[in-house]
Amino acid sequence: MSDALVQARDLRKRFGAFEAVRGIDVDVARGEVFGFLGPNGAGKSSTMRMIACVSPRSGGSLQVLGMDPGSDGPRIRARIGVVPQLDNLDTELSVRENLEIYGRYFGLSRRRVRAKAAELLEFAQLTERAEDPVEPLSGGMKRRLTIARSLVNDPELLLLDEPTTGLDPQARHLLWDRLYRLKREGVTQIVTTHYMDEAEQLCDRLVVMDDGLIVAEGSPVELIERYSTREVLELRFLPEHRPAAGELAGLVERVEELPDRFLLYTADGERAQAEVARSGLRPLSALVRRSSLEDVFLRLTGRSLVD
Amino acid sequence: MSAPSAVPDVPLAPRLLPAGSYAGRARMLLLRSATASRRTWLAFVSGFFEPIFYLLAMGQGLGSLVGELPGPGGASLSYAAFIAPGLLAASAMNGAVFDSTYNVFFKLRYARLYDAMLATPLGPIDIALGEIGWALLRGGLYATGFLSVMAAFGLIASPWALLALPAALVVAFAFGAIGMAATSFMRSWQDFDLVTLAVLPMFLFATTFYPLSVYPRWLQLVVECLPLYHAVELMRALTTGAVHLGLLSHLGYFAVMIAVGVVLASRRLDALLLK
Repeated sequence: MSDALVQARDLRKRFGAFEAVRGIDVDVARGEVFGFLGPNGAGKSSTMRMIACVSPRSGGSLQVLGMDPGSDGPRIRARIGVVPQLDNLDTELSVRENLEIYGRYFGLSRRRVRAKAAELLEFAQLTERAEDPVEPLSGGMKRRLTIARSLVNDPELLLLDEPTTGLDPQARHLLWDRLYRLKREGVTQIVTTHYMDEAEQLCDRLVVMDDGLIVAEGSPVELIERYSTREVLELRFLPEHRPAAGELAGLVERVEELPDRFLLYTADGERAQAEVARSGLRPLSALVRRSSLEDVFLRLTGRSLVD
Repeated sequence: MSAPSAVPDVPLAPRLLPAGSYAGRARMLLLRSATASRRTWLAFVSGFFEPIFYLLAMGQGLGSLVGELPGPGGASLSYAAFIAPGLLAASAMNGAVFDSTYNVFFKLRYARLYDAMLATPLGPIDIALGEIGWALLRGGLYATGFLSVMAAFGLIASPWALLALPAALVVAFAFGAIGMAATSFMRSWQDFDLVTLAVLPMFLFATTFYPLSVYPRWLQLVVECLPLYHAVELMRALTTGAVHLGLLSHLGYFAVMIAVGVVLASRRLDALLLK
């Protein structure tokens, strides 16, 4: 037996003529937080649905918790938690009932779900809203409730599809904090995101997906080291002062030209900035920052992640 | 380490329903619906009154002009006693159809409730049986209420009428199953006009308000194909006590409806949600 909680080989998903996932290999180890990073349409959600046993694979092999989703779907689903991309809370039930009834779907006893709901309300900081209907909750609260709901069966594996999309920064940080806690408790997590900062914050290891394929794999730090430089100098110019990319190329290791700015990849941003000034160019603004996964993605695909 | 098995190239023997479609927990959906209905009890209660209004308006009002009608056993019946079992059948139908169409469509397309359920061990058959079961319970409650009203008005002529309650459950089950299957094919709220188009003429023409004998033979054949006709005839035989073995054919009709509806609804849910 492999000790991987999820193991995929040449995994594929076709919808008619369109192949959303075009043969990927994935191993997720127990206890880690694993990320699928990529733009919308990269195949992340299709992959997650296959792992969650709600979408039959079109090709390749897949094992989740050592079982085959094709034949053991209900047994696997009994042991995983799913946070879908779009909230699908039960709007006809109260906050507490959402947790209790969901637990009953897993076959938990009335007594067990009552205790579990109280514990999860505390975890999601929703105890005071327990008897309220779901609809008036804020986006962040709904998300926390959805995450709490996914934990009702004490899952060994938690699947989070775009967990913080559409949330304000404060709500995102609160959510990340809850996910950290789960990680410390040993819950294996698989997260999809198109936010670089989220992937850097949460993931021990991640794969970058583009167009149905995995284009890179590693820890956030490894990926940045491998595919980017330590620092990035961002330059913006007035249209009349904008140089050709070639004029900047000699100054640093690599230059990316975006519609609104240039990204200069270099080990030492300050020095590059000084050289730009010496060469007579007059940027409107110059910013030195550390490389991020955004840069990795740009390097790998030639496109930025969020349009 | 055991290599994960590949998807077989040869399709498995065709099954009626895919593997893992049923966790045996359909009753949890009943629990959910019962919990939810605590907040929507008004809509729930209104279903009791509709057939009673018809009974008062048509049975007492119109009935005073119509006089007596020949019942299924040959003995003459008051008009109210004639239409009451028809209304009983229609209320079982209406309750089940409403629940299994409008309510299911909303949960399927808008609330994404079934997606949430399928992330648990529940499968499409649990959902289909659970939702149809709720439609059945609701239809059964309405039928109980209406039967009590019939008894209070003195419109029940036979102890066989006690069997009208289980019969109403069978009728509700059948309409709920077909309703849910039909809902799975609907694309928008506009398609619900088709539900009205199917249900309303049945209510008016499937011998609810007058006997089959008013029609020419060819039209009788058409009416005899309608599910509500079988429900009305079954109820009328039971409440008037004109019971005979031929009534089993009505039950057979509903057994087929139930089987087709449950299988079709489960398969469609599978195709819609597990893609």
